[in-house]
Parts: sequence; structure tokens; C-alpha cells
Amino acid sequence: MHARLAGWVFAGPALLVLAVFFALPVAAALLLSLTDFDLYALADPAHLRFVALGNYLDLLRTPLFWKSLGNTFYFVLVGVPVSIALSLAAALLLDSPLARMRAAFRTALFAPVVTTVVAVAVIWRYLFHTSYGLVNWALGHVGIAPVDWLGDPHWAMPTIIAFAAWKNFGYNMVILLAGLQAIPRDLYEAARIDGASRWRQFLHITLPQLGPVLLVVGVITVSGYFQLFAEPYVMTRGDPLQSTVSVLYYMFEEGFRWWNLGRASAIAFVLFVVILAATALLLRFGRRRGAL
Amino acid sequence: MSRPVGETRWRAAGVNAALLALAALSLAPLAWMLSVSFMPRGEAAQFPPPLLPSAPTLDNYRELFARTGMARHFANSLLVATAITGLSLLVNTMAGYAFAKLRFRGRERLFQLLLAALVVPAQVAMLPLFLLMKQLGLVDSYWGVILPAMASVFGIFLVRQYARSIPDELVEAARIDGAGELRIFFRIVLPLLRPVLATLAVFTFMASWNDFMWPLIVLTGQEHYTLPVAIASLSREHVMDVELMMAGAVVTVAPVLALFLLLQRHYIHGLLLGSVKG
Repeated sequence: MHARLAGWVFAGPALLVLAVFFALPVAAALLLSLTDFDLYALADPAHLRFVALGNYLDLLRTPLFWKSLGNTFYFVLVGVPVSIALSLAAALLLDSPLARMRAAFRTALFAPVVTTVVAVAVIWRYLFHTSYGLVNWALGHVGIAPVDWLGDPHWAMPTIIAFAAWKNFGYNMVILLAGLQAIPRDLYEAARIDGASRWRQFLHITLPQLGPVLLVVGVITVSGYFQLFAEPYVMTRGDPLQSTVSVLYYMFEEGFRWWNLGRASAIAFVLFVVILAATALLLRFGRRRGAL
Repeated sequence: MSRPVGETRWRAAGVNAALLALAALSLAPLAWMLSVSFMPRGEAAQFPPPLLPSAPTLDNYRELFARTGMARHFANSLLVATAITGLSLLVNTMAGYAFAKLRFRGRERLFQLLLAALVVPAQVAMLPLFLLMKQLGLVDSYWGVILPAMASVFGIFLVRQYARSIPDELVEAARIDGAGELRIFFRIVLPLLRPVLATLAVFTFMASWNDFMWPLIVLTGQEHYTLPVAIASLSREHVMDVELMMAGAVVTVAPVLALFLLLQRHYIHGLLLGSVKG
């Protein structure tokens, strides 16, 4: 076999799979979003009509779409900083020369990451149960009245955010820990000789040195958190009062419950554009701060 | 500048206490799940909530396997995750090697295109993918889950990064000796790639075991449900059966947790490689 041909033969199967099951559907989704593909078209493609930007314009007039977008932004804008702060705190603790049994602690803190979202979301649903959940029982000891965590529109999203932070912080923790370990120790030594406090060392050495890693972690987490789906599906089904309907949850309902595939494709593309814009904004911010 | 010994001791206590608290917070929900799964029916739904079973029992597991078809779902998950891991390992490794070591036209541009594709969320493809699967008659079949997962940009990227460290001379020498490309790949390249193969295998298996949204869409019949889909559906039917649900959660989570504990090194390695894209 000629080497040039070999390249294509070896890369071929992967490229074929990605072309047929990813590139083609993505292109088709764009076309689909310009049609009124629904249950009737599913039965007989003759019912299919081209509606141009009709689905998109229609979405802009749908209150639930705006609601889902708002809920998703709430989840991202609060959830991402909370998650990354927790990851950074855990990484700093693990990086401390005073910490003992680091390997064991790292394993324990990382464990939630490898668990199955659906299964652990079910656990949380019971832990946060209003009348017999452990959380309300514990809060009762400090005199806090029971909260209807997943049934109160004000508390449902914060509960899901707490769940996501618990489930995911270990992932970024490992990346940040590797970043911390790469910072030259003599930088701290020099700062200490100059009499800089620990807080100033953190602000002026740790954070700037960690900049590029924080940017990577930020981009990964933001794009991941915009794809919120399993948590509301299992914990709240989008309720109460649609306060936990995320964009993807809305897409799933439109597409696979009501079979409005055209409209659902439009929702998917809006989400794609939002993620793209958020990532670009983050990278630009990082570049300006000199992180890249 | 040395600090007083007493202060360092306090700081050490603080750091370790904070770590201990975080570890407790991380593991408490999992410990609670395990404990409740051994409780007699209805015990967990009391106030105050008990932490340990009064009389540990395996009834929940028995009922889970006897009545809810959990054995079937477990087998489905195992089958799908194993098939995806095996097939995608072969497909991604061949492609990763090609992008690293074999010269062919348009290689660099194609690879850039693959990396660019990473920004597209997988869900964008899901709606037409469902229609495609319907055309192929693969809705509600194992292949409907396996086929789209047989290649991944992440996997190709991971193998390519690693394969680039294989010396060109090694491959050239084999070629001069008259070895065919397939023989070179299986006899020389594959053994050298062993560490990255282990990493990719652990990663892929766990990701497919835990995957939820696409299996939920394409598997429409109970008999093909994987564990996450089955758990989600069970939790809607059996909202009040805390103990039964926790047994189901244990069965779902235990295999991946065990795998992680055994192969931690490979998993973390892949995570760090994957996060430094480009």
C-alpha cells in the first residue's frame, strides 16, 4: 500500500463516521430549522414546507423560549463562577505543602465527577426533599424552617446549581492543580522576602500565573454549562413554574415530545450561536488580560 | 523568613480540616445512597431521616432485579459501552496515527477542520440524526447508540498528540524492510501507543456508560434502555420508593466508580491532555 493512500485508508473510517453522523446532521439541522417539519411531515415528507426564518422569528415571540434562555443564563452566570471558585479553593488546599494524604483527598474530591449524572441527581432529589430530606433536617438544627428546595421557583435553580458545582468541581480542580504545580516556587520565595502577605502573593503571583489555565477552564465550563439538560430532566422536569426549563430541555420537549423538529432545530442553533458568542467573549477578555 | 512554629501548626490544622470537610461533602451523598439502599422499605421516608439502616436488607436489590428488569438494563449498558469502547478505540487510533505520521493530501487542513468542529454542541446534530436513524431502521436498537459514537474528535486528537512522539525512523525502517502499512500499524505502532490507548479506553467507557441524552432519544423501548435512561424513567414511576431508587443508583454508579479507582492514573492523564487543546 502506498503511504499516501495509507493515510486516507487509516483516517477513512473515522472521517466517514464523523461525516455521516455529525457533519451531515449539523448541516441538515440548519436546513431543518428553515422548515416547518412536524408530526405530519414525519409521517409524509410531502407536508414539508420551507418557512425561511419563520421558526426563529416565532421563537422570539414565544415567552417560554425567553424564559428558557433566561434560566440557562442564570445557571451559567451563577453556576460557572461558583464551580470554578470551589475548584480553585480545592486545588489551592491540595497544593498546600501542609496538606496530608493528598492522593486520597484528590481521589475523594474527584469521585463525584465520574458518577452518572442521572443517578446522583436522583440522590440529590431525596437529600433536598422538603419533609424528610437530610438537608432540611440539618438546617432544622440551626433553626432554619424547612425549604421546599425543588418545589419553590426561587430555590429550584439554586439547588440545581449547588448540585452541578458538587458534581463537577473535581474536574477543574485537577486541571487547576496541575497549573498551580507548574508555577515556579522561587516566585513565592522572592515575594516572601519582600514581605508580601499570603493574600498579596495569591493576587499578584498565583492568579496571573494561573491565567491561561483559568481561561481554558472557563471556556470548557461555560460551554458545558450552557448544555444543561439531564439535571432539570431528572430533578424537576422543568418545574416549578418552568423555572428550570433550560434551552436544551425546551429543545428536547419541542423536538421529541411534540415532534416540532423544525422549530427544535432553530432552538439548537440559537444555543450554538449563544455558546459561540460567550466563548469568543471569554477568549477576548482573556487576551486583553494577557492570559494568552 | 521563618514563621513561628505554633502558627504553622494552626495553619496545617486549618488546611487539613478544610480538606476533610470538602471530602466529606463530596462523599456524603454517595455514602447516603449506599446506606439507604440497604434500608427496609419506607425507612428513609421518615422524620428525622435515619442515617443507617435499622436492619440491613438486600430486599431492594432483589426487587430491583426481579421486577424492574435491572439485569437487562445493566447488560444493555455493558454491551453498548463495551462495543463503543472497542470500536472507537480502533477507529480513533488509526485516524490519530494517520494524522500524526502518514502524509496525505489535505491532512493539515482536515485536522484543523476537525478541531473547529469541537465548538459545535453535539445536540445540534441530534434532531436530524434521529431522522437518519429512522431511515436506517436503527431507532430503538443498540446500533443507534453505538454508530454515532464510533469516532470522536477528542479521541483522534489524543492519539495524534501521543503518536507524534514515535520516531519517523522507526516507521521508515520497517517500510524499507518491506513491511506493509497494516503490519507496521499493528506490530510496531500499536504497542508503542499502549499508554494512550489505556487512557482513551477508560475515558470512552465511562463517557458512554454515563451518557444520557442521545440514548434517551434513540432508545424508545424499555428492553433496550441503558442504565441512565432506565433510572430516569424509574425515578418518575417510583418517586416514593427511595430505597429502591437508591439501590438502582448504586448499581449504576458502582461500576464506573470502581473502574475509576482502579485506573485513576490513566483517567487523570487523559483529562489533563484533553484540556490543553491545540
